[in-house]
Amino acid sequence: MLRLEVVTPERRVLSTEAESVIVPGVDGYIGFLKNHAPLVAGMSVGIVQFGPERGEKRRVAVTGGFVEVADNRVTVLADTAELDTEIDVGRAQAARERAEKRLRSGSPEIDRARAEAALQRALNRLRAARAI
Amino acid sequence: MAGQSARDIKRRINSVKNMRQITKAMEMVAAAKLRRAQAQVLSSRPFTDKLREVLARVVSAARKGEGGVSHPLLDVRKEVSRVLYVLITADRGLAGGYNVNVIRRFQSLLDEETREVAVVAIGRKGRDYLRKRGIEPLREYVNLGDEIEYAVARSIAAELMEDFTSGRFDEINMVYTEFVSVVSQRPVVQRLLPVAEPEGESDEAALEYIYEPDPASVINILLPRFVETQVYGVLMEAKASELGARMTAMRNATDNATEMIDQLTLNYNRARQAGITKEISEIVGGAEAIAAE
Repeated sequence: MLRLEVVTPERRVLSTEAESVIVPGVDGYIGFLKNHAPLVAGMSVGIVQFGPERGEKRRVAVTGGFVEVADNRVTVLADTAELDTEIDVGRAQAARERAEKRLRSGSPEIDRARAEAALQRALNRLRAARAI
Repeated sequence: MAGQSARDIKRRINSVKNMRQITKAMEMVAAAKLRRAQAQVLSSRPFTDKLREVLARVVSAARKGEGGVSHPLLDVRKEVSRVLYVLITADRGLAGGYNVNVIRRFQSLLDEETREVAVVAIGRKGRDYLRKRGIEPLREYVNLGDEIEYAVARSIAAELMEDFTSGRFDEINMVYTEFVSVVSQRPVVQRLLPVAEPEGESDEAALEYIYEPDPASVINILLPRFVETQVYGVLMEAKASELGARMTAMRNATDNATEMIDQLTLNYNRARQAGITKEISEIVGGAEAIAAE
């Protein structure tokens, strides 16, 4: 078993055991099982999955950060992290619509990058909550 | 207190009692907020500690590799000619010597400074002080609230990093108040940028890590976050100090009010007694005058 900890600068989101952990690495998803070699990897916006090796996994929506693996401990340090059960689907949906509207309005340089990033985060949370 | 009627004293007692109620309430509010602030500091520890540990390891690993370590945030300038200070104070007063002490510390630094200096003010008290001295702050942040949000610390840190990496400033220092205990806080100066490389433990470093995609990229991810957590930590520390100072100041005020009420009550009873004695002697005097007729 792996010991999984998910922490943000503000709080410890999760501390649990899991057979398998999958994280959104900078160059794509990386999976960890027991006795993985020590590793440090950057993370992008995405979903951390954990649970049994085969079958249904729990999900955590994260927005960047990094992960450290050593001695069968997986430590995810994320800028923000939300467990699937804590995600407010209504709010995420509203954030998505807001971002889409802003992008559609197409007014020049309304901070396109920021709206784009907000949309990615909203979609990510909806996916983690299995709402889309 | 001669010449003061019992009624005047009674009025003063009531007004001091009202004040005591307010200071007592402020003390309790500060105590509750301080507890919350301390809990917040504790819950930020796992992230901060892990980040420091991993950063130390990857930096030492990268230094062993070819090319060494280089990152804009680690860049120590040959000549430090422009310095940026971040002055952290409270938005409000009634916190004993909290604001005065940190501002005095800052002023003494400024007096000795021969380089070009600019200041970022966090907190209304510091900003007002600078304005009064005719120094316009480069930026100001007020009303951050009693619970520091990470997002706020993050955006402050981002602007400071930009100040440094753009070459506008060669060094950035934070002047804030360290929380020693509830009754003791100390103004300190800490360098934020360039980042002082964290010390690594050698036995931990012995573990051979895989860095994904590579050590330089990982350093790129870790360093800005390290600066952010430092700003966040300092803001929380300053807030805890402010609340501790306010709590202590208000406790002293409450104690003083209690002492004053005791003294006034004594005076009140004395004045009342004197009044009664006077009345009795008047009655007795009057009765004797009638009896004598």
